[in-house]
Amino acid sequence: MRHFFAFIKKEFLHILRDRRTLMILFGMPVVQVLLFGFVLNNEIKNAAIAVYDPSKDEASTALVGKLVSSGYFRLAQNLKGPEEMEAAFRSGKIKMAVVFPNEFAKNAGQPDARVQLIGDASDPNAAVTLLNYAQAIVGDWQQERAKAIGAPRLEIITRMRYNPEQKAVFNFVPGVMTLILMLVSAMMTSITIAREKEMGTMEVLLVSPLKPIHIILGKTTPYLVLSFFNALVVVLMGMLVFGMPLRGSAGLLALSSVVYMFVALSLGIFISTRAQTQQAAMFMSALGLLMPTMLLSGFIFPRESMPLPLQVIGNAIPATWFNPIIKGIMIKGVGLEVLWKNLLVLTGMGLVFLVLSLRNFKDRL
Amino acid sequence: MDKVIVCENLSKHFGPFKAVDDISFEVKRGEIFGFLGANGAGKTTALKMLTGLIMPTSGRAEVAGFDVRQNPEAVKRRIGYMSQKFSLYEDLTVRENIRLFGGIYGLKRAVILEKTAALLSALELENAADQRVSALPLGWRQKLSFSVALLHEPQIVFLDEPTSGVDPLTRRRFWELIYATAEQGVTIMVTTHYMDEAEYCGRVSMMVDGRIAALDTPHLLKKQFDAADMDEVFRKIARPDDKQKTLKSGKK
Amino acid sequence: MLSISNISKSYGAIKALDDISFEVASGEIFGLIGPDGAGKTSMFRILATLLLPDQGAAKIAGLDVVRDYKALRHRIGYMPGRFSLYQDLSVAENLEFFAAVFGTSIEANYQLIAPIYDQLKPFKDRRAGALSGGMKQKLALCCALIHKPDLLLLDEPGTGVDPVSRKEFWDMLRDLRDGGLTILVSTPYMDEAALCDRVALLQNGRIMAMDTPEKITAAFSRPIFAARSADMYRLIQDLRAMPGVADCYAFGEFAHAVLDDRSLKSSDLLQYLQECGHTEVQVKNAEANIEDCFIELMKKETTHG
Repeated sequence: MRHFFAFIKKEFLHILRDRRTLMILFGMPVVQVLLFGFVLNNEIKNAAIAVYDPSKDEASTALVGKLVSSGYFRLAQNLKGPEEMEAAFRSGKIKMAVVFPNEFAKNAGQPDARVQLIGDASDPNAAVTLLNYAQAIVGDWQQERAKAIGAPRLEIITRMRYNPEQKAVFNFVPGVMTLILMLVSAMMTSITIAREKEMGTMEVLLVSPLKPIHIILGKTTPYLVLSFFNALVVVLMGMLVFGMPLRGSAGLLALSSVVYMFVALSLGIFISTRAQTQQAAMFMSALGLLMPTMLLSGFIFPRESMPLPLQVIGNAIPATWFNPIIKGIMIKGVGLEVLWKNLLVLTGMGLVFLVLSLRNFKDRL
Repeated sequence: MDKVIVCENLSKHFGPFKAVDDISFEVKRGEIFGFLGANGAGKTTALKMLTGLIMPTSGRAEVAGFDVRQNPEAVKRRIGYMSQKFSLYEDLTVRENIRLFGGIYGLKRAVILEKTAALLSALELENAADQRVSALPLGWRQKLSFSVALLHEPQIVFLDEPTSGVDPLTRRRFWELIYATAEQGVTIMVTTHYMDEAEYCGRVSMMVDGRIAALDTPHLLKKQFDAADMDEVFRKIARPDDKQKTLKSGKK
Repeated sequence: MLSISNISKSYGAIKALDDISFEVASGEIFGLIGPDGAGKTSMFRILATLLLPDQGAAKIAGLDVVRDYKALRHRIGYMPGRFSLYQDLSVAENLEFFAAVFGTSIEANYQLIAPIYDQLKPFKDRRAGALSGGMKQKLALCCALIHKPDLLLLDEPGTGVDPVSRKEFWDMLRDLRDGGLTILVSTPYMDEAALCDRVALLQNGRIMAMDTPEKITAAFSRPIFAARSADMYRLIQDLRAMPGVADCYAFGEFAHAVLDDRSLKSSDLLQYLQECGHTEVQVKNAEANIEDCFIELMKKETTHG
């Protein structure tokens, strides 16, 4: 066992002495959580709109006032005719246009009353979001007006469960956690093993009485410890900075994180059995792990909207199974009774890659 | 007596570490000048200053008539450089390499074509012109690399350990190429780890701890240090009071 | 101690090793001398159990390098071509690590490495990456010796090291040999052949000659004269053109002229060179050195295909 501990000690020395590794390990989780939390926010504020209002009566003015006072919109331009709208969209000055009919007040409340909301769908996500905001505001206004006039209107009530404010952070914190754990565990281990090959030290290790399993465990143990620490940082930041709840069991969250790290680490070792240089290891983990984790696991883009083949591929990505676990535990407060299947799949994946990498690990050059 | 390199009190410091410490020397046109010293003695730093790659901390150096500090670009246009490892692109063919380096030095298309033909026939590489450089034997690669460094007719060529790891026959043929080039008036600055090669140089400078510890013709150096060969000269200069002192200077 | 029979290894179309056989006795320094690409590193990797030969077998201390590779790994000390040290660990940390990996400690075998490690001690807290080439070489040697191997495999230990450090390194090797260690070493520096007990001259994966350095040079078949003049380049050209001279190459401050015509005397060369207009001419008899032999053998190989 003594040579095993010597190996782990050496590995910690490498990590502590390399400023770049330290930055990735401890700086990246913080920066990424903040970046995703604040910048990649789905909410849009102060979008520029143009209004064409030929009626200019109390109803249309009130509706425009309500749109602008919501904070989501800012009146950028009053159009003199519908023909000006095209130019305003083209110039990129506005994101949405509101077009009123003649004599809006008189017709408002009538079944055929119309307000046109026109969005700039060259950025479809933003357009849909803006139109939804606007529709909701128009709906509100309509109801208030109906109440004031006394005409009864059908009321539609929607409620968002678990995340009533629809905070994007609730989606990103679990996403970042899956990403960070994958990055640290898989990428870093594959790179450090490749580094030994590049520096020629692997030759000496192979010639030594160390067994492949010693080398593999010696490489992964320090990163397991560090990854766990990282997971803790990400969860705490989500809770303290962004107000994420932890409704389920902290113990279960810790356990499932360890299972996920095990999958990531075995993937990292698997990559390192293939990659001869640090650069190759970096490429393989970035292309093979990070991109799919970001794109296909449902972290940024909903899996439901993907074509079937991509959904199938997505199933092979560990993050796809881990993401629901974090969300389930932290946001919904569910336990093993719901999540056992995901955990089982992850454990299986980890074992498969571990066996594959042990078989692939050559104790010759 | 044209002086193509004039170096006065040249120094380069990295923090408190004096990589090159106040060196002065002159090199004449057509001379083969050997640059010797242990690893970390400052050879590479000195060469980098003379080729305009790094700025001196103090002192002055004029290469091919231009000041390396004020006009490094003019210096670079008038010198050639070859190191054993990185001179040619291995995944390009012989012809492509020649064209590339001709282009880099701003030679006209017609000139490049003419030079390519001349170079291929001089090296007897006509049949291998469209082979990748990686497929050539080491000796050929080395000669090609040297010829490419001479493509833009530089006044001075810097050769950084051009012969390390090469067999004795190829090594000698390469030196004959160096002699022939020097005959034509090109100045050669060469570093080497083979002490017998130091004998082939017109003059040799020995660097120790960033300073030039000795500089003369091999013949006079041997006389001065009462040594049978350059190996012994080197040992006497590098380890004057034997092991203790050099252990102190064991830093890179 | 070491016996190699008919080892071949190819990488695609390139034959790195072509039917190599040789034996190394206990307590001997055996040198593989040859330029880059001669096959030295492939040979070392096969012996270090890192590479499988295509054909042939090798035994170290009675153990087969393919079949008994696990047992063998305890018994060989291997120093690969690039000094395989952890650049970000200190001198002492490197040594401690390699000792632990081999299941031993610095103290247990300190006696063996003491003469070398004592020189490194003043720098034991310095990172290996900040050492000079010579120091790295010494540290790598200590790391390869720390588990008291029976056979030391040193692949080009002198590359990137200045001549003075190289000389010191060879002194250490001879001390180790005198202590009973068997050493197989490779080098592209022909002059180091003289420092080995026996050598094999390697070129293109084949052994061109194998013997003690003295016997190899003594077997050189033709007379050699060493000549010098004020103009080395012209001297070589002129000597090559002289009837009876087979070949001429620079060797340090002299040029070696290899003669076909045994009747030529040094006075003939002197006269010829003076007629060619050379000044400061000097001609003397010379012994062939390893490089003369290597060049001659290389030329033979190429003419015989």
